[in-house]
Amino acid sequence: MSVMRQSHRCVLGRFLALSGLVLGLLGCGDPPNNPYSKVDRDAKTLYTSFEERPKHLDPARAYSANEYEIIAQVVEPPLQYAYLKRPYALEPLAAAEFPKITFLGAHGKILPAGAPDAEIVESVYEIRLRPDFRYAPHPAFAKDASGAFRYHALTPAALSRIRTLADFHETGTREVTAEDLAYQIKRLMHPEIHSPIAELMGEQIIGLKDLGERLKTEWDHDPDRPQWLDLRRYPVTGLEIIDATTLRIHVHGKYPQFRFWLAMPFFAPSPWEADAFFAQARFKAINITPDWYPIGSGPYQLIENNPNRRMTLARNPYFHEATYPSEGEPEDEEKGLLLDQGKRLPFIDRIVFVLEKETIPYWTKFLQGYYDASGLASDNFDQAVQFSSIGSAQLTPEMEEKKLHLETAITASIHYLGFNMLDPVVGGLTPAKAALRQAISLAIDEEEFIAIFMNGRGMAAQGPIPPGIFGYEEGEKGINPVVYDWRDGHPERKSIEAAKARLVEAGYPGGVDPSTGKPLVLHLDTTLGGADDKPLLNWYRKQFQKIGIELVVRNTDYNQFQQKMAHGNAQLFRWGWNADYPDPENFLFLLYGENSKALHGGENAANYQSPDFDRLFLKMRNMDDGPERLAVIQKLLDQVRRDAPWVFGIHPKSFSLHHDWYHNYKPNLMANNGLKYLRIDPDERAQLRAVWNRPLYLPALVGGVLLFIVGWCMRRLVLKRREAQGR
Amino acid sequence: MMGYLLRRVLYGFPLLLGINILTFILFFVVNTPDDMARMHLGQKHVTAEGIAKWKHERGYDLPLFYAEKETGLRCLTETIFVRKSLGLFVFDFGQSDAGRNIGADIRERMWPSLAIAVPSLFLGLVIDIGLALGLVFFRLSRLEYAGLALCVALMSISTLFYIIAGQYLLGRWFQWVPISGFGEGLDAFRFVVLPVLIGAVSGVGSGVRWYRTLFIEEIERDYVRTARAKGLSEARVLFRHVLRNAMIPILTGVVVLLPLLFTGSLLTESFFAIPGLGSYTIDAISQQDFAIVRAMVFLGACLYIVGLLLTDLSYAWVDPRIRLDD
Amino acid sequence: MLRFYPTDVLLLLTVLAMALFLVLSLRQEHLRRPWRKVMGSPTGLVSALLLGLFTTVAVLDSVRIDQGAQTLSLLDLGLSNLRTSTEKTYSEPLGVYASVHEMVRTSDGHETWTAPRLVFGGRHLVHPEEDRLRDLAQRFFKGGVLGGLAGALLALLTAWILWPRRNLLAFSVRTFWAELPRSLRAVMITWVVLGCLIGIAVALAGGYHVLGTDKVGNDVLFQCLKGVRTGIVIGTLTTLATLPLSLGLGILAGFYRGWVDDVIQYLYTTLNAVPGVLLIAAAMLVMESVMGRHEAMFQSLPARADFRLLALCLILGITSWTGLCRLIRAETLKLREMEYVQAARILGVSEFRILLRHILPNLFHLVLISVALDFSSLVLAEAVLSYINIGVDPSTESWGNMINTARLELARDPPVWWSLLGAFGFMFVLVLCANLLADVLRDAFDPKRENAA
Repeated sequence: MSVMRQSHRCVLGRFLALSGLVLGLLGCGDPPNNPYSKVDRDAKTLYTSFEERPKHLDPARAYSANEYEIIAQVVEPPLQYAYLKRPYALEPLAAAEFPKITFLGAHGKILPAGAPDAEIVESVYEIRLRPDFRYAPHPAFAKDASGAFRYHALTPAALSRIRTLADFHETGTREVTAEDLAYQIKRLMHPEIHSPIAELMGEQIIGLKDLGERLKTEWDHDPDRPQWLDLRRYPVTGLEIIDATTLRIHVHGKYPQFRFWLAMPFFAPSPWEADAFFAQARFKAINITPDWYPIGSGPYQLIENNPNRRMTLARNPYFHEATYPSEGEPEDEEKGLLLDQGKRLPFIDRIVFVLEKETIPYWTKFLQGYYDASGLASDNFDQAVQFSSIGSAQLTPEMEEKKLHLETAITASIHYLGFNMLDPVVGGLTPAKAALRQAISLAIDEEEFIAIFMNGRGMAAQGPIPPGIFGYEEGEKGINPVVYDWRDGHPERKSIEAAKARLVEAGYPGGVDPSTGKPLVLHLDTTLGGADDKPLLNWYRKQFQKIGIELVVRNTDYNQFQQKMAHGNAQLFRWGWNADYPDPENFLFLLYGENSKALHGGENAANYQSPDFDRLFLKMRNMDDGPERLAVIQKLLDQVRRDAPWVFGIHPKSFSLHHDWYHNYKPNLMANNGLKYLRIDPDERAQLRAVWNRPLYLPALVGGVLLFIVGWCMRRLVLKRREAQGR
Repeated sequence: MMGYLLRRVLYGFPLLLGINILTFILFFVVNTPDDMARMHLGQKHVTAEGIAKWKHERGYDLPLFYAEKETGLRCLTETIFVRKSLGLFVFDFGQSDAGRNIGADIRERMWPSLAIAVPSLFLGLVIDIGLALGLVFFRLSRLEYAGLALCVALMSISTLFYIIAGQYLLGRWFQWVPISGFGEGLDAFRFVVLPVLIGAVSGVGSGVRWYRTLFIEEIERDYVRTARAKGLSEARVLFRHVLRNAMIPILTGVVVLLPLLFTGSLLTESFFAIPGLGSYTIDAISQQDFAIVRAMVFLGACLYIVGLLLTDLSYAWVDPRIRLDD
Repeated sequence: MLRFYPTDVLLLLTVLAMALFLVLSLRQEHLRRPWRKVMGSPTGLVSALLLGLFTTVAVLDSVRIDQGAQTLSLLDLGLSNLRTSTEKTYSEPLGVYASVHEMVRTSDGHETWTAPRLVFGGRHLVHPEEDRLRDLAQRFFKGGVLGGLAGALLALLTAWILWPRRNLLAFSVRTFWAELPRSLRAVMITWVVLGCLIGIAVALAGGYHVLGTDKVGNDVLFQCLKGVRTGIVIGTLTTLATLPLSLGLGILAGFYRGWVDDVIQYLYTTLNAVPGVLLIAAAMLVMESVMGRHEAMFQSLPARADFRLLALCLILGITSWTGLCRLIRAETLKLREMEYVQAARILGVSEFRILLRHILPNLFHLVLISVALDFSSLVLAEAVLSYINIGVDPSTESWGNMINTARLELARDPPVWWSLLGAFGFMFVLVLCANLLADVLRDAFDPKRENAA
């Protein structure tokens, strides 16, 4: 008996000791739920997250927001958008000054500034790069004593020891040259890179298309081609290298939008050494490719790229002189956005992108202080944001108490519901068909959509052009008169009766198809497969029911959907567009007939083709911003509103929250290299984190006590049993 | 012994071939490479030419089974089947549709998966066996009945619920551990605790019941009765005799699972953002990266076959009466 | 006009077949004893009763009536009150206000940011703050008492049907209760408790959303009830799909042995080796593209959803027949060596007859047990598949879809827990019943267990 009791105590003692140890381990130092290693915690490190690994980090290839978030910090194109200025304005980045533009007429004759468009045969952009830009340290530049590249011809034995780029001990750097810029533009045509803008630029830059053809025939079909395609050996007539830092780019005709392309990473200078280095055999098998290790002269370099877990940007030690801007909007001063003016960039040493897929952990970590800033998922909205009586968004008291800050901005994008204009039921330009589309535009209550599904984070679109882009107009002039009335200083959606009246005009009174006597059936094609999308689809059905039309949602996977769109087999579809650059052309071209998706493989998903529109569009495209252009845009808008090839949908509003220690943030929808301007205060962060993360050990204690009681009862039972057996 | 082993290993080949053909039919015949290309080239500026290029680069532009254009043996080798499917046999998984090397990814992601799966398995084993022994000890009492009812109740709860509840309680409310993520080296401990705990607890219901039946079967045997008749205490009978003899079925049951631990847990990994093979698979499914799905199907099948082999071996090892060479 | 989708027909047929099977098997002398054992077990009988109720809901939800633009099931019609009383967005169980704030224009023209009153929940209350609790209590008691009484009536009816040997009127209450078998007592108690619960739910649902509303304001209780059908369809039709494969191939392999056995073993080892989820995922992706190609066949959303459900059942069936097949093969191997089979063979009975008369009936218990065991795991699997987006169509009401959505809802603050709880509760009860019944069936039918007990 006594032996038993002793051993029992011993067990209990062990249990207590163990739990003490665990508690001790968890309790020491900073909060036990800190997900970062000790090294990272105190430095000036910014923590942010990514949901899906970026597919491409090669500047010639990357084209989506999550890719830009990283490479725009690494590479530097000739121009950039000014961080604080509104409306969006370009400023030189890698270029020493704005490119000098010369228009050439027939036979290379230089034309004066105001020459008519028709006479312009080509435009020449002379870009002079800054001489003080140097690439971030990279093994591709490392040279040995004899001046030859150290790692360009590695033996298989040496290669076999390499796992990541960090395994190369020696690195080097060099200045950015005009040749690098020319090289990068040629890379857009590289047969293995598949740049998404290869075709577009092939059409614009003189001689680039020929290069593409030549590479395709000469190199692509060459059985014993070298591993590395040295693009320097292929001259392009439109790329004229004047000296080490000056490049002239010749563009067909007048193409004012070209300046915006010069601000995108596609045009960031890229060293040939990197391509020669990466082309070595076996690198591809261990995922060391330019698509994963971008190289550039930007403020940061990508030192860790583990798309399965995290990506880390660290300061580029060779970063050139750059300072925080001193000009902005008037209210920037009082918001404290100008405190750092003139100070040297960047302020943050490291940026860590952590993989985070589920909303619960993401939002929880943000509130615990482990992410510095957060976009706002619709489901967290009510907790964080409320609207004041004047309708502007503000933080809830709970969030105010945490000293959170909120920034909002209407994005330069549009989500719309398109009609396939080639469809026999909803397509066509006859008044009856237009009336049907207008009826549907009237019936779909976008305001309700925004209230339910976006928590008010958006505005109903009045046309294809979002606010902030030239051609968008505030107030009564800007409304879509087909769908809205102007009342009490607000656009107000016309009543459902108006929709029903349109339906009568369209030949479907009450939504009934006279040929069958049954409700008209329309099809909406979507890729909304998830369970979370179910309410959305129900909502759409409800909208069509209002005017007696039956909506059938055809859910297909992404492939099938794309195929349907490409063949013009869809009827109604949801689609969206994010601005590539702040110019109305980038939105109106979505309706240009030559861009029809089904007929020409372009971006006009609705396959809208109106000769009048096309004529005006071509005129508008090359005009400079001003009252004349505005008038043409007005005409264009009037026409698409009448023809209604889209239900114009919404312009989403981006909300972002950040903590008190996060400074200098201003939403800039065009600039994607904003991380260099940010500043954080690690001390304040550490303090607040400690306050917010006080683990609750009471449940462990209660659990332990409960476990003990149960154990004790069990023991009693065991003893009882034994006694009963013993008898 | 060696002969038997060889035979079992050789039997694996027709199995793998069958799996290969099955996945091939699913991924190439029914879902065409064109679909894949369009999916991967993204929304903006997709042209027919781009699709052809994409297919060519990945070797998807070859004919499926028989190349009419080629001559001789190349009729058979210059096909998608030979190029894409047979390579799996030498564990050459090739490139994923997004352009990464699958083999390198698998080698890297294996470890986090193991860091979750192995402790989960063993913790679960210890808890299950302990509780099952307890139930057997109290058999035919109300306690056992209540315990069994609890087990059925635990079995009836969806794994999703365990994960959601665990994250909510321990991560968000009590703030004991990071709510998701993964660390390196010893630091991984803090991240692993919660998934492992959930993994172990979610299996308790069925596990306890399974081991209980094992023990009950054992306890009916004659030698246990003899031991009891000798006057050994119940606890001693259970630990000395029942547990030791039940070790054989327990062990063989565990051995078959071991290789599959590599592939990780689909749900836990994606909820906790653990960079293992489970979340790799889920991502591949949601991004429709068929090359990865194919590789994972093949890997899973290989591991399953290895598991079968290990089971045979372990039977032979623990029970010398089973002769392998006949 | 009635309209049936494929799964409706199959579900109704399955339920009929199961009933027929039960009656037939009760006629068999050697099966009557285990059935009696099941009847004698309180857990078995109670879970059978609950499963019966679930099945009734599923059957009601499978008989559809075409009404112009809409096709509604009997369940929809019966609960049209719940179906049509939608709010704008989330609201708590028994709540009067929405759970989400919005800009509300008050009568004097001002706009305030507040939680608006619900359209349906508690609309009969003039002063919700004061009256709500009293109203709830009133409904609670009224419903409970009325429901309890109805339950008691049903309980007596059940006792009278299942225990017909006695003349109920001849008993005093006390002796009746004392003489009643334990299992029947449990069933009677269950009826009364269920009656109370349903009565309360009905009374509360008249003026409130008992389990709150979801993101677009649909009643959660209604969704949970609609989920019953999906759960049952997946549980039963999948087993239906596995049976021909596992039974046919298992018997063939066990009976003919030799190369037939080798081929069938190869087949199921191959299928087993492929990780289940991946195979299901691949098959579902393929199914989607098939549906995409034959669009004309799936014009309406319900038809598409139904086809997807059916396809999911088939695919799950194809991936899960191997376990039962193995068992049946082993059992057949044993049976064919039995004396009476050998005797029949010597007497020159044809192989087909031997299979049909001697082997098949003796596999009944295996099938029954595995069907009952698989049912619960299939219902659980549905939820997991929904998470990976390869489950039922998102427009289908299913518990898996609800739990999947609830993930996001829990991240809200205050968390929206009611959808999760509702779906979880219903699923838990169904799976629990199935598990318990499976246990009882196994104990009753497994000859090995009989010896052990």
